[in-house]
Amino acid sequence: MIKLDKVSKKFGTGVFGLSDVSLNIEKGEFVFLVGSTGAGKTTIFRLLIRDTLPTEGSILVNGWDVVHLPKNKLPTLRKNVGVVFQDLKLLLDRTTFENIMLPLEVAGASDEEATKIVESVLGLVGLTEHKDKFPIQLSGGELQKVALARALVLSPEILLADEPTGNLDAATSWEIVKLLSDINKRGTTVVMATHNLDVIKSLGKRVIRIEKGKIVEEGKSSGKHKDKKDHQEVEKEEPSSVKTSEGQEKE
Amino acid sequence: MSFTKTTWKNIRRSPYQALAAILIMTLTFLAISFFTFLLVGSSKVINYFESKPQVTAFFRNDASQSDINKLENQLRATGKIASIKFVSQNEALKIYRQQNANDPLLLDLVTADVLPSSFEISTVQIEDMGTISNMLDKSPIVSDVIYQKDVVSTLTTWTSAIKKIGIVLVVLLSLVSIFIMATIVGIKISQKKEDIEIMKLIGATNWYIRWPFLTEGIVYGIIGAVVGWAIATAGLLYTTPFLESFLKGIPVLPASYSDLLILLGLEIGFAVFLGAVSSFLAVLRYSN
Repeated sequence: MIKLDKVSKKFGTGVFGLSDVSLNIEKGEFVFLVGSTGAGKTTIFRLLIRDTLPTEGSILVNGWDVVHLPKNKLPTLRKNVGVVFQDLKLLLDRTTFENIMLPLEVAGASDEEATKIVESVLGLVGLTEHKDKFPIQLSGGELQKVALARALVLSPEILLADEPTGNLDAATSWEIVKLLSDINKRGTTVVMATHNLDVIKSLGKRVIRIEKGKIVEEGKSSGKHKDKKDHQEVEKEEPSSVKTSEGQEKE
Repeated sequence: MSFTKTTWKNIRRSPYQALAAILIMTLTFLAISFFTFLLVGSSKVINYFESKPQVTAFFRNDASQSDINKLENQLRATGKIASIKFVSQNEALKIYRQQNANDPLLLDLVTADVLPSSFEISTVQIEDMGTISNMLDKSPIVSDVIYQKDVVSTLTTWTSAIKKIGIVLVVLLSLVSIFIMATIVGIKISQKKEDIEIMKLIGATNWYIRWPFLTEGIVYGIIGAVVGWAIATAGLLYTTPFLESFLKGIPVLPASYSDLLILLGLEIGFAVFLGAVSSFLAVLRYSN
């Protein structure tokens, strides 16, 4: 579903955002992307929707060669990959409803159809009562849900969530993660960048750890694998974790 | 549906920019309408003079009927004459009265004696007019010769001058309005830069983003064209009675409504073009 092969991203300043990153995410997986600020999580997301191009390496998303994607295919790629941006990127002069409607508008859905879909997604994330409010009238958690709803409205095959629990309290974080997990169960491939260890531990999904633009650890999350000494062991375990998630998908 | 809604929202939320754009368009189309009226009117005047007998010879009041007849025969003998019409003093008075029917003061002052009798002569070929008017000039009973060709050529000179001024002015105004509109639409694009980026990240195509700006420019153009046309037309209709008496029987006015509507249609077409071009310039310049 998502395949990065020896991807490097060098910024204009000469600093490497990513160096030699290879990873493979299967269809239907739920993957955590973990790392401290500046590690390169957001850069990976940006690469996946070609908001920026890699300096080296190749990227495959849902069968598309992202690096060599013709410009006119770019909207199609982006419609198939829902993104919850770290800074949300909501339009401030539009209500919750209109913000969530935006991807459908962009995709050219009819008013009637779009309204129906937006209503159902609003129900899913629990924002129906806030649908006519503007972003400044909403709390942090509600805003995250709006961003999530917008990412979901086109029923993308892949959902990228960049720190969706960033500034939220534990309870709200859980709500968000629960939503993502539900979405994943319906067959959507979910990649979530986070540094919220509690969330990772309790969900027991595959974890990819990035430090300074390099993948340092891959494995299934549970308290014991957090130790760096277990690195080797974790890497060996990795294929089995892929199998597990494939198994989940088949269920 | 969505881009028309977006367009309307964009206009409503920045009324001063919208007003500036509409005003410059109005000015452009006011000038276009005004010069169109002037050129159509003057070409009608020229046609009128060209179709009229081209030489008019006014007789002295003491010219006898036999002298006049002799002159007529002389002229006909040249074989260059298409028609000669004698207008007596009484007929001249009648024509004068008709032309000034609305102005009793002018009617009171004039009697048949003041107005000379005349010949209205047209030639078979325009080139012969010179010789005929020379003949008339030499005749002792003729006081004055009006050579319509002079009138026509004077008018033609004026008309072509008006045409040149008009074209230059309209081209300049069109360019100014294109640049002003492009700037205004450009400002709006810059203001919405963030929104545009977001929409692109969500998967909006370039055209999805461009359309509202293009239609916005087109809407400004159309409003400007309609307002400019309306002002010019209202002005024309208002001054029609005055102009009619000024033109004294030359059938220029009133302008037909269908012609005015055709003008409106053409102007709207041009407005759409101007609006689209200027917005497109802005879109190319500021987006991407």
